[in-house]
Amino acid sequence: MINVALPKGRLGEKVYKMFALCGYDCPSILENNRKLIFENEEKGVRYFWVKPSDVSIYVERGAADIGVCGKDILLEYEPDVYELLDLNIGKCRMAVAGKKDFYDDNTQTLKVATKFVNIAKKYYSGKCRDIDIIKLNGSIEIAPILSLSDVIVDIVETGTTLKENNLEVKEEIFPISARLIANKSSFKFKTKEIEKIAEFLVEQVKDND
Amino acid sequence: MINYLKNEEKIILSLRSLYSKYGYLPYKMNKFEEYDLYAKNKEFLIGDGVITFTDTHGKLLALKPDVTLSIIKNATEGKGTKNKVYYSENVYRISGKTREYKEIMQTGLECVGDLDLYDTYEVVTLAKKSLEAVSESYVLEISHMGILSSLLDSVSANEEYRQEALECIKKKSKHEIKALSQKYGINEAKTKLLSDFISIYGEPVSVISSLEKMNVSEDFALYTKELKELTSLLMTDDKTGKIRLDFSIVNDMNYYNGIVFNGFLSGVSECVLFGGRYDKLLKKMGKGLAGVGFAIYTDLLEGFHEKQNAYDVDVLLLYSDKTAPSVIKNEIERLQKENKSVSAQKSIPSKLRYKEKIEI
Repeated sequence: MINVALPKGRLGEKVYKMFALCGYDCPSILENNRKLIFENEEKGVRYFWVKPSDVSIYVERGAADIGVCGKDILLEYEPDVYELLDLNIGKCRMAVAGKKDFYDDNTQTLKVATKFVNIAKKYYSGKCRDIDIIKLNGSIEIAPILSLSDVIVDIVETGTTLKENNLEVKEEIFPISARLIANKSSFKFKTKEIEKIAEFLVEQVKDND
Repeated sequence: MINYLKNEEKIILSLRSLYSKYGYLPYKMNKFEEYDLYAKNKEFLIGDGVITFTDTHGKLLALKPDVTLSIIKNATEGKGTKNKVYYSENVYRISGKTREYKEIMQTGLECVGDLDLYDTYEVVTLAKKSLEAVSESYVLEISHMGILSSLLDSVSANEEYRQEALECIKKKSKHEIKALSQKYGINEAKTKLLSDFISIYGEPVSVISSLEKMNVSEDFALYTKELKELTSLLMTDDKTGKIRLDFSIVNDMNYYNGIVFNGFLSGVSECVLFGGRYDKLLKKMGKGLAGVGFAIYTDLLEGFHEKQNAYDVDVLLLYSDKTAPSVIKNEIERLQKENKSVSAQKSIPSKLRYKEKIEI
């Protein structure tokens, strides 16, 4: 039995469809109820929905053998897992954004509001830039508007939210997409099953291109 | 008596007996060592999370974060000399997952001195037997730092690229190699070489055969031959497929040079056994010796395959203020003769689970 941690939400639903097309369907998952764990014994697969940022924890700790999460989560938390495949969905980018009229002249400590503290620290330390990190848990875009910060480091999908708040992307840090990850120990004992799933998914990824 | 030991304590006992059979001597180290020893080899300890304090004479000491460095320091040199020791110690480090200080129980062994192929074989075999002593369902994976470094040498000398490429190998991320090569201007043939290399893992014979087909460099071929010799020896004892080759095992190249290996147990989510050949570390410490060893993190085995007891004691013996002590004593002795554990109490404790209650 392969345990799969799926991120709750639109991305997770897309991912489930990819798994189902590979032959790992589990019809009960589509039922409208509050269940969190779904199993198809015949296909040897068990899915569970978890908070997207928790997928890597479930996989790293072995509660799930494999899972799907964004590259942003992998770079922020650096879990000790295998990253087997880029699923090429859930595409967006990690970027620095600020008010349209803001210009960083490098003369003062830069105030950076973000949910992604480690990513922001690493990015600016690579540029030898002195920063003051402000950890927020949501509505990051509001920070520069209220002068809580100079810029934000956040995920940008279409850029609509930024535009509507008179903000713009200043720098792109890296592209993001969903990745198939595996617990290292599970991979040793369920090698063939996990490889088989990854191979099927590669075909799906090609179709997504 | 052994039934009263915890699972991990039983494992440590059987490991000690195993290592003694191969002539390894017990090694006991101080709880506190001079900080200097660790400060010079921080990376070997995976970071700088050493707990330090000043002793009564103003000297900076460290609460032992590692056993290997101490063993090396005390190893004797000489042609044909081998220091073979085993240990079971608690060490104190920052845990990778929580970034908090943690007490880690380690049982392991080191073979330091004028080493040959047999010594490496013996240590790897003992690593395999150690895993066997814990569970039938295990996997011992072997990699070779020489193979990894010679492969990277043939691709690029750029240190940043090499670090990032190693990360890809560590994570089995074939898909990241292409973007990385574009970033650093690595040509298609070299990109393919790395990408193909990530897909090579599994049963030793087929992995070695794939490595032999890769035309990388003289060094690469030499290290492949070294790995082949070792795995051929190991395979004569192992027909179970539990020994595999996997190059996603990457240790610090400044310290480790030859083979490195990891052990996994089914049901434990992380690696429980770490080992390898660390001649470079010895050289850095000014010793003209070779060294190979491993440690099992026995704290990870806490509760492994162990069922929780349904009761804390067999009998709860309730007595009153009026009960004579001799009556209580006699009753306890009678029950203990029946091999029952007894807790004598005046009232029922709120947190004690008992099988039977006797009131006297």
